Amino acid sequence: MNKRITLQVARYRPERESEQTYERFEVPCPRDWVILDGLNYIKDHLDGTLSYRWSCRMGVCGSCGMTVNGEPKLTCATFLSEYGSGPVRVEPLRNFPVIRDLIVDIGDFMRKLVKVKPWIVRMVEEPLSAGEYRQTPQELDEYKQFSMCINCMLCYSACPIYGLDPKFIGPAAIALAQRYNLDSRDEGSGARMEVLSEHEGIWGCTFVGECTKVCPKNVDPAGAIQRYKLNAAVETLTSFFAPRGA
Amino acid sequence: MRDTRSYTAYHPQWLRRPVSTYWWLERPTYIAFILREISSVFVAWSVVFLLLLVRAVDQGDETYRQFLSWSATPAVAAINVLSLLFVLFHAMTWFNLAPAAMVVHVGGRKVPGLLIAGSNYGGLVVASALVGWLLLGG
Repeated sequence: MNKRITLQVARYRPERESEQTYERFEVPCPRDWVILDGLNYIKDHLDGTLSYRWSCRMGVCGSCGMTVNGEPKLTCATFLSEYGSGPVRVEPLRNFPVIRDLIVDIGDFMRKLVKVKPWIVRMVEEPLSAGEYRQTPQELDEYKQFSMCINCMLCYSACPIYGLDPKFIGPAAIALAQRYNLDSRDEGSGARMEVLSEHEGIWGCTFVGECTKVCPKNVDPAGAIQRYKLNAAVETLTSFFAPRGA
Repeated sequence: MRDTRSYTAYHPQWLRRPVSTYWWLERPTYIAFILREISSVFVAWSVVFLLLLVRAVDQGDETYRQFLSWSATPAVAAINVLSLLFVLFHAMTWFNLAPAAMVVHVGGRKVPGLLIAGSNYGGLVVASALVGWLLLGG
């Protein structure tokens, strides 16, 4: 039961160093410990200055995404025991600027997310007296998969297109746009299409497909983007051959 | 060494890590992606080859025979075999993607993804069988 494992943790303390360095910590490795438990052990017992984000510890809040042995992972859902005798390298998410140690700046993603209006858009709001906007289980199924996104940004970290061209709106934002487009209560797909049909929108994606592989919630952003492309192409063709009002 | 870094309010110096030129070697998916991008060259070659064949047929017996013997040279045959592999890889990528990109409803029910991908593969088999039948004695 006294098994221990070495974590190689990326450090970046801007007041001290201008490059990323690695520090080795030996932590206990019980069968039920995840990477995040290891980091919490370091923070509590070995070095209180280690900085990282976490909250729910159960794969819902999406704040503990990091690069573990080169793979984007939720550290609360990745067991230390998966890595045998180690060492395990823990680094901040790729493709984002690092603020400190394992903390990245997520401002770019937050600004992009708002652009696709990830909420129910109505042309005319129904009065409260009209009651709820009702939905059948079949209508719910249309978008449910995309609603599982927890904004953990692992897909951005895995996407080389986002790494090479930070203007690309990115996998999660597009998948969330689809989540609302496919919602029977929503009427905002036209407004979203304006943002997403730009070069940095859906057409920026060249279908590497890694976003879908790393997604901890099986959202399949790559599929959502290709579906969006198909819709956009069909819409363009339709408007070309059958213009409105003709 | 003198520290020349500058700090902005509330945001210390951010660390930006550039993407390596060889990023596409980092993961099997990335390599598959680059190969798929390259496959477009071979898809284009297949079209050019077909156009050359049509032109040779149009120009008569002699040109057609020359075209056939040119096609049988090891270099051209090798390019065509390679092209076939790349075109198949290209096609399979999109066949497998089809269920995610196309959500089809029939009679108010969602058509299972396996059926959509399967019908694509089925179409490929039928078209290949037809071409085979034409070539081998139809």
